[in-house]
Amino acid sequence: MYPDYLKDSLEKVNQTRSKRLELAKSDKPVYPPMNAAEREDVLSKFHPDSASAARSHIRIGPNKGEQLTTEITDLLEAHSMLDPKRMEESLANPDYETDMLIIGGGGAGCWAAITAIKNGIKPMIATKLRLGDANSMMSEGGMQAAVTPQDSPTRHYLDAIGGGHFDNKPELVRALTEDGPEVVRELENLGVMWDKMEDGSLQVLHGGGTSHKRMVSCRDYIGAVIMRTLMDEVENHPDEISVREFEPAIELLLDDKGQCAGAVLYNLDTEQFMVVRAKTTVITTGGFGRLHIRGFATTNHYGATGDGLVMAYRAGANLKFMDSVQYHPTGAIYPEQIAGFLITEKIRGAGGQPLNKDG
Amino acid sequence: MSGDQQNETDDKNKAVSDTGKPEQPQARMVTVSIMGKPALVPDDSTIMRAIEYSGQQIIRGAGCREGFCGACGTIYRLPGDYRIHTGLACTTLVQEGMALSQIPSVPLEKAVYDLETLTPDVDTIKALYPVVFRCVACGTCTKACPQGLQVMDYIQSAMRGDIAELMELSYECVGCGLCALRCPSEIIQHKVAILGKRLYGRYLRKESKELDIRIRQVKNHEYDGEYAELMSLDREALSERYYARDTE
Ligand SMILES: Cc1cc2nc3c(=O)[nH]c(=O)nc-3n(C[C@H](O)[C@H](O)[C@H](O)COP(=O)(O)OP(=O)(O)OC[C@H]3O[C@@H](n4cnc5c(N)ncnc54)[C@H](O)[C@@H]3O)c2cc1C
Ligand code: SF4
Ligand code: SF4
Ligand code: FES
Repeated sequence: MYPDYLKDSLEKVNQTRSKRLELAKSDKPVYPPMNAAEREDVLSKFHPDSASAARSHIRIGPNKGEQLTTEITDLLEAHSMLDPKRMEESLANPDYETDMLIIGGGGAGCWAAITAIKNGIKPMIATKLRLGDANSMMSEGGMQAAVTPQDSPTRHYLDAIGGGHFDNKPELVRALTEDGPEVVRELENLGVMWDKMEDGSLQVLHGGGTSHKRMVSCRDYIGAVIMRTLMDEVENHPDEISVREFEPAIELLLDDKGQCAGAVLYNLDTEQFMVVRAKTTVITTGGFGRLHIRGFATTNHYGATGDGLVMAYRAGANLKFMDSVQYHPTGAIYPEQIAGFLITEKIRGAGGQPLNKDG
Repeated sequence: MSGDQQNETDDKNKAVSDTGKPEQPQARMVTVSIMGKPALVPDDSTIMRAIEYSGQQIIRGAGCREGFCGACGTIYRLPGDYRIHTGLACTTLVQEGMALSQIPSVPLEKAVYDLETLTPDVDTIKALYPVVFRCVACGTCTKACPQGLQVMDYIQSAMRGDIAELMELSYECVGCGLCALRCPSEIIQHKVAILGKRLYGRYLRKESKELDIRIRQVKNHEYDGEYAELMSLDREALSERYYARDTE
């Protein structure tokens, strides 16, 4: 059933299977954990980011002179779709006005909108495709939150900081890890159905790089469950949240003080440019897997092309960490129609063993 | 987009030949009719890839490209077969003679509600989706569902007010709306499904005491000290701490 070019690999997998099974059963580690030097060695030899063409110097803008991922550099250096002269009239007469413009209707965007209305603000979501056509819909395995008595938010903090090679912004990691448990509760109050144990406690598994079990889940559909719940809640407030689908933002607008004052949207159906004047603007446009970095297949949705980064850069924002890309380590290569399909990390959490080309 | 897709495949083929492995065999081609236009496409393509291969651009009708989002509902007929078939464009393979059309959007009126005022029972279904009670148990929705769900059965659960079963049977619904388009009673099954799931998550879940405790600990600032300490460490000390951390 497998093509010839996979047969050798399969044979190697079979050869080492019984030994690995024995180790796994005996509770001994199948692979001893790597130390810092060993990690560095493997990464520098094999990580796609370490190839020389993976990065290039950017020639313009706030990060000028830095080495960024090549595909990102190319986009940041590209020309705008807009001719400012031809926009003058519509800038004087904006098509939409809103308290808060949210660019991107994925998980972060919908959550921002729901939070805004709780605080009496009426937001507008402008999104590229349909609401919820986003990477958020696709996450499978689970999300991390320190909810068990064995674990703690500070343990989560240490794991996350270490996973980020100690480069992360500490305040952000603290917010992520400290808010986690409360977010789990808020989501279930919106109707998210977490996987639970008999006694009602949350079922947790190991995720990539976790020292303690803290991955909560909704079977293999965490993203779809959260995203559909958030979308449904957004749609329960038609008078407070206005949603514009198929109207991606293409450029941010700055006022005379240089502060963000909205954005220009591009209506994919009519091919018109639409001006939004906003008191505040939030960018939630997600990642950029669809740029097919280094020619890789991607697990990302159709619209994940890093637009928010480009817009923000043109408006003067300094970008962080644009020299590295997260490659999900496990994916399908066969059969053809699911090549690039993500194999969730939960598979490893549940005991799946990754093997190298030597089995 | 079709260009990208093509490159992706080219790259992959190249990677194979570079490593001395045999080239993948040339794909056989089939003729399909894409929204009325005949096109010659590789026989191993999904409907989505076939549309892009033919040079048509997809604006609506593609989201996740992996069978999660339901953006790509498609109807098609096959030669010598009177039936209308339904599928997701991103996971359904083309066949010789297939005549297909994507459904750009499914018009419907979602019930607007405040979850906090609802009860997880049949009264809520009656109030928000009375149309459910028009179900004639014909099974068309179940036949139409690309996820292979027992759609008719979950609508029957809704009619009985069995919210747990409604949640269970509709868990893997991607919201493509193909069932709703085929239903002779004009029910919007996928919207009933998400209502059922939210009612379950909000009202029928088992409560986690551990979570209550953890949330209280955070609110009482019990971790402030540990955070302050960790955040004051320099890179080296932090790294040392990280590699010596206890594991479960
Ligand atoms: C297959 C897959 C599996 C994953 N599994 C997990 C997992 O198990 N656990 C985990 O924690 N994380 C997982 N992730 C990562 C996680 O899903 C994302 O990090 C997260 O959902 C990002 O949310 P977001 O709202 O920032 O972006 P998104 O959900 O991608 O939303 C961005 C939105 O912005 C829109 N947009 C883009 N450009 C524009 C524009 N110019 N104008 C307007 N709108 C625009 C997009 O259409 C989209 O709707 C996974 C990701 C993928 C792809
Ligand atoms: S139940 Fe209906 S909307 Fe849900 S996946 Fe099946 S056909 Fe699509
Ligand atoms: S198609 Fe409509 S009427 Fe027929 S079983 Fe399904 S819900 Fe009932
Ligand atoms: S594109 Fe998302 S289900 Fe097909």
